[in-house]
Amino acid sequence: MKPLLKVESLVKHYVRRSLVGAREELLALDGVSFTILPGTTFAVVGESGSGKSTLAACLACLEFPTSGDIWFEGINIAKGGENVRRQVHPQIQLIFQDPASSLNPRWSVLDILIEPLILQRKFSHKEMNLRASSLLERVGLSPRMAARLPAELSGGQRQRLAIARALALEPKLLILDEALSALDCSVQAQIANLLMDLQSSLGMTYLFITHDLAMAAHLADEIAVMNRGRIVEQGPAEAILKQPEHDITRQLLAAVPKFTRAAPSAPER
Amino acid sequence: MAPVLEIQDLHVSYQSREGALYPALTGISLGLMPGEIMGVLGESGSGKSTLAGSLVRLLPANGNITRGAVHFEGKDLLRAKPRELQQIRGARISLIFQEPSLALHPTMRAGEQVRQVLTAHGSPGRSALNDRVHEILALLFFEEADRISRSYPHQLSGGQRQRVLIAQAIACGPSVVIADEPTASLDSATQMEILSVFRTLREKLGLAMIFITHNPALLSGFADRVLVLYAGQIAECGPAEAVLASRRHPYTKALFQSIPEVSEKRGNSRKSKLPVILGDSARSSLPARGCPFEPRCPEKMDICREREPATVDLSPSHTVCCFKYESESV
Repeated sequence: MKPLLKVESLVKHYVRRSLVGAREELLALDGVSFTILPGTTFAVVGESGSGKSTLAACLACLEFPTSGDIWFEGINIAKGGENVRRQVHPQIQLIFQDPASSLNPRWSVLDILIEPLILQRKFSHKEMNLRASSLLERVGLSPRMAARLPAELSGGQRQRLAIARALALEPKLLILDEALSALDCSVQAQIANLLMDLQSSLGMTYLFITHDLAMAAHLADEIAVMNRGRIVEQGPAEAILKQPEHDITRQLLAAVPKFTRAAPSAPER
Repeated sequence: MAPVLEIQDLHVSYQSREGALYPALTGISLGLMPGEIMGVLGESGSGKSTLAGSLVRLLPANGNITRGAVHFEGKDLLRAKPRELQQIRGARISLIFQEPSLALHPTMRAGEQVRQVLTAHGSPGRSALNDRVHEILALLFFEEADRISRSYPHQLSGGQRQRVLIAQAIACGPSVVIADEPTASLDSATQMEILSVFRTLREKLGLAMIFITHNPALLSGFADRVLVLYAGQIAECGPAEAVLASRRHPYTKALFQSIPEVSEKRGNSRKSKLPVILGDSARSSLPARGCPFEPRCPEKMDICREREPATVDLSPSHTVCCFKYESESV
């Protein structure tokens, strides 16, 4: 199968200049390479500061990488100009951690959903409304919510709305940057299930960025562990859990709180 | 042993702009023992933060404590004068909030921020003050204390900032610390680090703690007692081992099942659906009568819709509010 996304030795420097003019270089990504097959979930796990979010920003065309290549369906978006980016951009969508701050608080659910459609200039008003309500249904929200404001939705409903907005342009790749971390665990499970549903019905491909190794292991086909801008270990989810090779992976595994999920069947008394 | 903090029948409600009252806590009673870590578990909207705020009367302007009492060191905090409360807050009972970067002053060095807490609650001489600041920071940062003391918040990592907040919270030697989701914005390794800091402090200083979280996984091996809140009521409360190992209330059970498990022999559970609690706990979807969890409960019975369940004592220390256990009362 041809990969949907192929990243080759991606490097991103940030330069920080202090008031006195001293230059300080920060290597956020230091030669990252991986491929994602269509219809699969690729998880990037790491502590804060490991470069996960910089990676997401580079892939979503929000940052220019310093060097390296990003091949999306055979098009190099790292080297391509504005035209290439404009062509690829709708196909790669990003979902952020905190839906409350990534949705305009003064726009209604409907406004939020049709904004990306308006920008495409391809749809009539009626088509856009129809699409908005089918998007709402797709993510498990009622079309009757279209007139509400984000503040009138619960955290889980807001994240569903963010997913619906990301799906509006029928992207091929969804980048989920800590998309579950801010949610209650019962809501996390609902959204995780929704993501798995969308993957099987639409064949979505996910890049799932998280510090939660347990959720990564549940959702992902392949896991890459990042530390200081490099991928230190990468492999199928089972292998990473069973035989973590790198110290960082072992540390992340050790940080997963241990408990049993199913309650014991026999009560204590 | 007498509890250090005792909450009796606490009722809190919020008033909407139209004047309607929305109950947030309805009848919470509990006693916190000296040196005890009480984990409070609940979804957003369950009343966790309202509980934290109402204990020291730091509620939003539209929050009203309508009934109840909070006994602490011989006073009822809900009836204390503002001056008395000022002396208690931050000194005898202190709070730690979720977002450490918002709770610290951005242009003030960490050491100075700890010093200000001390000066606000009495002013020993300057050198005694410096010694005390150093002593507190050393407790949390060991040999790094001096460097941290001179640093600004933006020069510190998330975990370090949270430890500065903890330093502020323990500066005046409180007997109770209320921590409202103190680890929610941290990554999992730092979360565990902060939990172990809390445990060490409890051992060294004998602090009692109310630890509020929505993540049940954090509580095992950390809390002594666990209180599960649902829609402003106590669904289940008991010793941590009992509540976490043999969950009784259907809500507690469901909460734990929704977390993916990391185990080596998980093979076929991967990519499977996670069990979820259907619906939500928003005020508008709560039933007008009967058990508040009834619409979402996988084990509901007819009686659940008719009246509210009473609290059942499964053992002297373990209570659950569910009809299923009525026959097991001791």
